[in-house]
Amino acid sequence: MTALRALLVRDMRLAVRVGGGALIGVLFFLIVVTLMPFALGPDLALLARIGPAILWLGALLASLLALDRLIAMDHEDGSLDLILTARVPLELAVAAKAIAHWLTTGLPLVVVAPLLGLLLNLEPKATGAVALTLLAGTPALTFIGLIGAALTVALRRGGLLLAVLVLPLTVPVLIFGVAASNAAVVGPVPFGTPFGILCALTLMSLVVGPFAAAAALRHGLE
Amino acid sequence: MRLVASDLACVRGGRRVFAGLGFAVGAGEALLVTGPNGVGKSSLLRLLAGLVGLTGGGLSLDGGDSELTVGEQAHYLGHQDALKSSLSVEENLAFWADVLGGGATKVHPALAAVGLDGLAQLPAIYLSAGQRRRLSVARLIAVERPIWLLDEPTSSLDTSGQAMLADLMRAHLAGGGLIVAATHGSIGLDGAKELRLGGSR
Repeated sequence: MTALRALLVRDMRLAVRVGGGALIGVLFFLIVVTLMPFALGPDLALLARIGPAILWLGALLASLLALDRLIAMDHEDGSLDLILTARVPLELAVAAKAIAHWLTTGLPLVVVAPLLGLLLNLEPKATGAVALTLLAGTPALTFIGLIGAALTVALRRGGLLLAVLVLPLTVPVLIFGVAASNAAVVGPVPFGTPFGILCALTLMSLVVGPFAAAAALRHGLE
Repeated sequence: MRLVASDLACVRGGRRVFAGLGFAVGAGEALLVTGPNGVGKSSLLRLLAGLVGLTGGGLSLDGGDSELTVGEQAHYLGHQDALKSSLSVEENLAFWADVLGGGATKVHPALAAVGLDGLAQLPAIYLSAGQRRRLSVARLIAVERPIWLLDEPTSSLDTSGQAMLADLMRAHLAGGGLIVAATHGSIGLDGAKELRLGGSR
């Protein structure tokens, strides 16, 4: 437990210090969402209607930004070698890293989403729904990204490949995240149905992600 | 305690690095792995640490903890120093002490042992190559593990650093530890056995 807590604390510390990139995702999210009204024009009704989709897309893209640091940094400086000789299962070690990553890059997106909802003329109910679905859905994005990060770990500058690998896998999360947000406002399905599936997707990725990532890292041992 | 390797084979990148390699190292003994560049010294150490898959042969640690792999009972000191630039010297070492299972109490004595106790609060980015090496060596002191796998341990260390490392290695051997070191020159250990790779090619 000490080892896992140390990993979690170190990764969070690294993320918030100089060059850590914890805020980059939030800034990117802010910029993407701010650009949307410029592109779509000042049609407030349209913005309110597609606002949840814009927020979800922005969060999805922003969560990709820092993924290539998740494991590659530890691979480059040899830390991954030492983590492999630690007496903790690799599955739990990568899970701890992913949790730290979500706390520093995913959670801030959830926190700023309501503020950005104001920019898109979202009504409070829709804003709340988006924030809640992001809270439930962004861990899935991180843990799916964890698999991609482990697969591309040996490639220098594998960031773009990582995005191409991970984005298709996040489609279900996006669909049910946006569906649940819309259902809360316009219906006709009750909010609980797509939200339940979203939570199921997250729980599934929480289980599958660490095992798949650990398997990919072990297979790539060289 | 005795580390026994028999008929080891290693394939990396589709190329056979070595095969049929066998040796035994007992408690208090050091084994120097020598040979020309590219002959597989680093590969052998990474293989012992469990960082490269075993292609053939067997590896066992008699008298060790049977629940743990050899790698989990070993320190691996490779070419990369596994330090984070934005963390302080102390934070770097305390992190590895926690992860590798040492505990926080030995962090400061370990820093003192490698001569870095005055720099504990300095971010690691300001360390020189030799100081980074010393900090990596401090890991071996902060966490007790019976096997030390050292890959060119003296690289970028100055004369006093090499003498310090030799003292630490002698103390480790005297305490019943094992050392397997890949090296080109002398690392200041008398009476160490030598395993020369690539001689039969």
